[in-house]
Amino acid sequence: MLTALLVMIGLALLLGIVLGYSALKFKVEGDPLVEKIDAILPQTQCGQCGYPGCKPYATAIAKGEADINQCPPGGEAGVHALADLLGVEFKPLNAEHGTPKPKSVAVIEESLCIGCTLCIQACPVDAILGAAKQMHTVIAAECTGCELCLAPCPVDCITMVPIAESPTNWKWRYPVYEIKSQINPPTKQVA
Amino acid sequence: MISRLFKFNGGVHPPQHKLESTKAPITTVAMPQRLVLPLRQHVGNMAKLQVEVGERVLKGQLLAMADGQISAAVHAPTSGTIVSVQDQMIPHPSGLPDICITLDADGQDRWIEHQALDYRSLAKSEVIQCLADAGVVGLGGATFPTHVKLREDAHRPVKTLILNGAECEPYISCDDMLMRERGEEIVRGIEIMQYLLAAETCVIGIEDNKPEAVAAMRAAAANSSVPISVVIVPTIYPGGGAKQLIEVLTGKEVPSGKLPTEIGVQCFNVATAYSVHRFINHGEPVISRIVTVTGEVSRPGNFEVPLGMAIDQLVEVAGGATSDINGLIMGGPMMGFNLPPAPVPVVKATNCIIASTPGMFPKQPQALPCIRCTRCADACPVNLQPQELYWFSRAQNLEKARDYQLFDCIECGCCSYVCPSNIPLVQYYRFAKSEIIAQDKARQAATIARERNDFRLMRIEREKQERAQRHAQKTAGKTEVTADDEVKKAAIAAAMERARAQKTEVTPQNTDSLTPAVQTEIAEIDARRTAVESTRSGDNPSDQEQQQKV
Repeated sequence: MLTALLVMIGLALLLGIVLGYSALKFKVEGDPLVEKIDAILPQTQCGQCGYPGCKPYATAIAKGEADINQCPPGGEAGVHALADLLGVEFKPLNAEHGTPKPKSVAVIEESLCIGCTLCIQACPVDAILGAAKQMHTVIAAECTGCELCLAPCPVDCITMVPIAESPTNWKWRYPVYEIKSQINPPTKQVA
Repeated sequence: MISRLFKFNGGVHPPQHKLESTKAPITTVAMPQRLVLPLRQHVGNMAKLQVEVGERVLKGQLLAMADGQISAAVHAPTSGTIVSVQDQMIPHPSGLPDICITLDADGQDRWIEHQALDYRSLAKSEVIQCLADAGVVGLGGATFPTHVKLREDAHRPVKTLILNGAECEPYISCDDMLMRERGEEIVRGIEIMQYLLAAETCVIGIEDNKPEAVAAMRAAAANSSVPISVVIVPTIYPGGGAKQLIEVLTGKEVPSGKLPTEIGVQCFNVATAYSVHRFINHGEPVISRIVTVTGEVSRPGNFEVPLGMAIDQLVEVAGGATSDINGLIMGGPMMGFNLPPAPVPVVKATNCIIASTPGMFPKQPQALPCIRCTRCADACPVNLQPQELYWFSRAQNLEKARDYQLFDCIECGCCSYVCPSNIPLVQYYRFAKSEIIAQDKARQAATIARERNDFRLMRIEREKQERAQRHAQKTAGKTEVTADDEVKKAAIAAAMERARAQKTEVTPQNTDSLTPAVQTEIAEIDARRTAVESTRSGDNPSDQEQQQKV
């Protein structure tokens, strides 16, 4: 009886030490799930999800506080990727948080800009260049199209311009038209 | 040097159709009135504009310089005036416009001052820089800037220099004619390339359907200062693909995702060697190229065409297309693309123009489901599994497609050619490739955005801390100041105290020897004062204080 107790206590102590040691030794810094979710999010930093950026939204998803369908820039593909990652059902985008738009960049009408720096302060990725009472301009390559600079502008000199298709960003189309127009539906073929 | 030939997997034998365009010698086309020169005629960065609208330029003058390492310059093919710099249609599968310089010829065709380069007396790096300024790109169709490939790399020395004269695609004969007529000049170019790369052996690979070219090149190579061997390779499509030709000649396969230099080989098109020679030995940048015009035209043949000439005009020069054509194809029937109906210019990549009729290339019959016969895998020259790639591309399972080495696909079209179900396989691969490239770009942009956002948040946090620190410093300073103030206040109070004490202590000095009259007067005044003070102190003590202070 006593031996059995001692053995059990000894085992418990031994395992406790092992577990306690490995908890310290193999400690994971940060939440890997947040990183994984953040990697899927488009990093527009637009805040349409209701959180002040992609990382906070990722954190909220990881904690289970936010749903996976609150990111319009990520589109349906983004929701699918999140659903795959988290092992949950796909949901269509929540329209409350906006609808997907074609990727755009902000353009400042430079003749109207009064140099108030409000848009510079609003830009989440520091993509607007300028100084007080100096004309501002958007670094198009860095702009994520988040539209956060539109609201603060007192003279409404910023517009969102969709990125036009050019030979450099042009994509080959999915050759669906050639098959769909000619092929019979599979069910008929089987019959 | 090359004792035996090797084989690559698969390949197909489409009808050649090369004889039509090789009957007549190369014709030099008369300079057209207007030339349109896209700034992006090569792989890499768009060339940087160096001229203004309205500027008069001379033949061979630099119009746009190479921007960065992987880029190529654009030169004026004739003398004239720059009319505009704007978006115009370019020969591109997208059918989208891009920035082009429009040059109106003045008819004088006056050359800018130019001279040969004594390349052996210059440092190799200087020669390569000159080539970058000459706008030399791979003229086989890939248009990769040549100077990048001619840099000597100490880690990967080039042992074998391969010159690609295979020209495997049907209808195209521009390299064939160039080798027949200008073999000597090609060899001069090879000598320069051999010198720059310090290659041990030089091999020209020519398919066995071009005996005249083989004979011409053998004759030219015999007179060369460097040993050049001309090797006849079997005619099979795509035997003229760089990696396929390397495999046939050396038996070595270029590793997936690597460059031929990895196995000590560098490969150039013969026309590229020719343009290297034109520039180094004559000082002429790339302002023209040989273009095959064939198909349903009255006088098919090869033409030396100034870059920027409208392709419609070129077709007219070749006798004009017959009325029943349904479009023009740039490149060959296997890898080329249909040109947009709007006029587009000849660019550095334009090796062939085919006026096609529905009879020549009948519309693909309806695509049927894949039956997994794997004929495509048998035909694939890069040993891929096209049927798997097809499934993944069709299902948009892009990661899987990438895992199956989609990017090793050279889009030669052999798989589609042999497919019994007529599935447009290459179109699926192109779609999947461009989709993956776009996704990768978006991911890169997201990474940059994340970094910039992180940095911004860090900066805001840092500024906040700095402000708090400054604030803390200020408040700490203030308490010190108040301590000082208290000291000062105490000092002032002490001084006032002393003054008051002095005041009370001080007795009038002139009261010692007074007359009784004055004494009584003083007494009266004092009495009056005390009387006044006592009354005042009754109704207004502050006044009294004031009085006292006074």
